[in-house]
Amino acid sequence: MENAIVDIHLMQLVLAYIFVVILLFIVRKKNIGNESEIILASIRMTIQLIAIGFLLDYVFANQNPFFSVLILLVMETFAVYNIYGRVDGEISSELKGIIAVSMFSGTLIAIMFFLLGVIGLEPWYRADYFIPLSGMLIGNSMTGISLGVNHLVNGFKDNKRLIENYLMLGAEPSKAVEEINKKAFYNAILPTINSMMGMGIVFLPGMMTGQILAGASPLTAIRYQIAIMMGILGSVTLTVFFMVNRGSKTFFNKRKQLKENNK
Amino acid sequence: MFKLENVKFKDILEIDNLFIQDKLITAILGSSGGGKTTFLKLLNNMISADSGNIYYKDQEIEEYNPVELRRKVVMLAQEPQIFKGTIKDNFKITEEITCKQYSEDKVYKNLLEKVSLNKDLFEDASKLSGGERQRLALARVMLLEPETLLLDEPSASLDLETEDLIIKMVANYVKKNDRTLIMVTHNPHVAEEYADEIINIEQGKLVDQK
Repeated sequence: MENAIVDIHLMQLVLAYIFVVILLFIVRKKNIGNESEIILASIRMTIQLIAIGFLLDYVFANQNPFFSVLILLVMETFAVYNIYGRVDGEISSELKGIIAVSMFSGTLIAIMFFLLGVIGLEPWYRADYFIPLSGMLIGNSMTGISLGVNHLVNGFKDNKRLIENYLMLGAEPSKAVEEINKKAFYNAILPTINSMMGMGIVFLPGMMTGQILAGASPLTAIRYQIAIMMGILGSVTLTVFFMVNRGSKTFFNKRKQLKENNK
Repeated sequence: MFKLENVKFKDILEIDNLFIQDKLITAILGSSGGGKTTFLKLLNNMISADSGNIYYKDQEIEEYNPVELRRKVVMLAQEPQIFKGTIKDNFKITEEITCKQYSEDKVYKNLLEKVSLNKDLFEDASKLSGGERQRLALARVMLLEPETLLLDEPSASLDLETEDLIIKMVANYVKKNDRTLIMVTHNPHVAEEYADEIINIEQGKLVDQK
């Protein structure tokens, strides 16, 4: 079996854009009306990937802990702002702070454990492993926290009277929000659990597909995939757990009263 | 028991001086939107006044641990929320959240009798009617044996008969057990019938006390 990667020539790549043209045709024909968004997304994706391709090419060729850490920080910061943008309605600056701290601390713990403990990466900053694997953990944690924050915010909005009733009876705020916290946590980790359920049967995960296309044996690819899934699960669980538990406290003031407007 | 001095809460309530006596039934009378519920919430520190002082048993309310205060001064909301599960679950959750030991079934049954709720402990609480929910909520409060009970006017969704029955039950309970009741109502007849003292609050201001 030939293991070399089938290279895509520039002209072949241009051919791939035919899918965008088909989509645009359908959207225009059916008057759905978001052509500009599709064009913008296609252009952004292309430019972003070209830029990251050159950047990674440079970073991989010039291994340096500073580059790896810098890129990690950029990814973390981008993820945090992405979460802020995905929340329905406004959230308090206190909650924003909790989101940032949970994202950074949860993912960093998981990344370090995963790269150093599970993979045994040497040197620890080896960019061709450090950056993509960290990116997968950060990306999945970002989705998890976004879901968690939305469930938390809506949980407080929908259950204001119930929480007040708990407090009126003399419950600690932590007791009053127990169910809301549980639901937010569960809903945040659910996509990760679901994706694990379907993995290998319903779909072949991206990293595994990539490794197979790059010539790795499927048996090596599944080992990495299993390890990264455990890493993702750990990272999502940690970040969401921190965020839900600390975040729900921001809805109360020092006198253990429900804040009227958590902004 | 409660003493209020120059208490102000937003543009909703402003009370210069007020004293509420221990072990009596006090009715807070006034038209709706006049700040009566806000008044009750201030008493068990569900909200804090912007300025002024509120004392409970000669101690500033803000000096109490808020949760401990709320266990002494329990408020029954206008529309009490029923917890998920059976009637017994509702009692158990109430004990759990206030760090009390679970009671025996006979204690719960006795409470149901007191509020004339002729239901089985294992019945689904979510299936109760509005009036039955209010009675279960009252039984939950009784289980906590608070020193002071704050009763917000039962929801407008209840018929007058049920509302009257609930107030009667609360009044009997506090009298028998030597507790204090502060209840909100817009109905002068209810106030006259059950209260030892009547405080009139209109548009956030104390109009008179008798």
